[in-house]
Amino acid sequence: MKKLLLIVLLLANTLLVAQEPQSEFVPVKEVPASEQLPSAPLVITAYAFVWLAFAVYAWTMWRKLGKVEQELGALSAQISKPRTPRGDGGTRP
Amino acid sequence: MRKVFVPLLAVAGFIFMTAPIMIAQAPYESTMGLVQKIFYFHMPPAMLMLLSAIFCGVISAIYLIRKRPVYDWIAYAAAELTVLYGALAMVTGPLWARKAWGVWWIWDARLTMSLLLWMVFVSYLLLRRYGGPGSETLAAGLALFGMATSPFVYLSVNIWRTIHPLTSVVPTLPVDFAFPLWYAFTGFLLLYIALMTLRVRIEEQRALVDQLYLESEE
Repeated sequence: MKKLLLIVLLLANTLLVAQEPQSEFVPVKEVPASEQLPSAPLVITAYAFVWLAFAVYAWTMWRKLGKVEQELGALSAQISKPRTPRGDGGTRP
Repeated sequence: MRKVFVPLLAVAGFIFMTAPIMIAQAPYESTMGLVQKIFYFHMPPAMLMLLSAIFCGVISAIYLIRKRPVYDWIAYAAAELTVLYGALAMVTGPLWARKAWGVWWIWDARLTMSLLLWMVFVSYLLLRRYGGPGSETLAAGLALFGMATSPFVYLSVNIWRTIHPLTSVVPTLPVDFAFPLWYAFTGFLLLYIALMTLRVRIEEQRALVDQLYLESEE
């Protein structure tokens, strides 16, 4: 087990030694075009998200209101309907 | 309700359609360029989230004193809109930060406190949804806690070291920046009022339905 560990450590060390270290940083005036993050997609995403969130929320609320008003209408009609006597001629307890 | 809701929605819709034209004509900020345009759709919902949290807290306090259901309906609507506007600020902010700061998110005082405030109102909604009878009183207490947090969120940029712009930026904006900002803010505010009337109307109708169910059972 100790031998195996030693071999692994030696191999890892060899790999580290084999890598060429960076000897200096090279300055540039501007970030290369490939590294620059474009602004337009971020701006468009932000505006689109706001509009979409409002649209979804307003639509959801409108639907909820419609459902509640429908339920209210049905319930009001049910309550205002005159109570029919029982078919067997008996009286309610 | 329709008398208020429809005109408000129409005016807010007009502002939302014309605001991008004004924002496009506003000058670019010297260091951030185009991405700074997110500011016009980030600051209004962020500010309204704070105002809505305070409003919800005040109405909840009135509800706790007077116990009239109408205050509870308004507080519930305000809490929901705090979460909606907070979500808008939380999404537009990182989109701006990614370009301006190089990161989507940072555990900075303003951002962290805003997230906490937003989570307080999310918990308010969860409490209302799953809390059962009596949850409205508990939720009102939670709203008071949210209200107390709001001033700290606003002042956090001045109190603690942060990379978020200070509160002095908005009052000192040049007119070219300020006009589109307050124009967009008006649109967000009108939409807030319109959605509030719609939300309160739903709660009012629900209360009527509950009352009718009770009457039909008797």
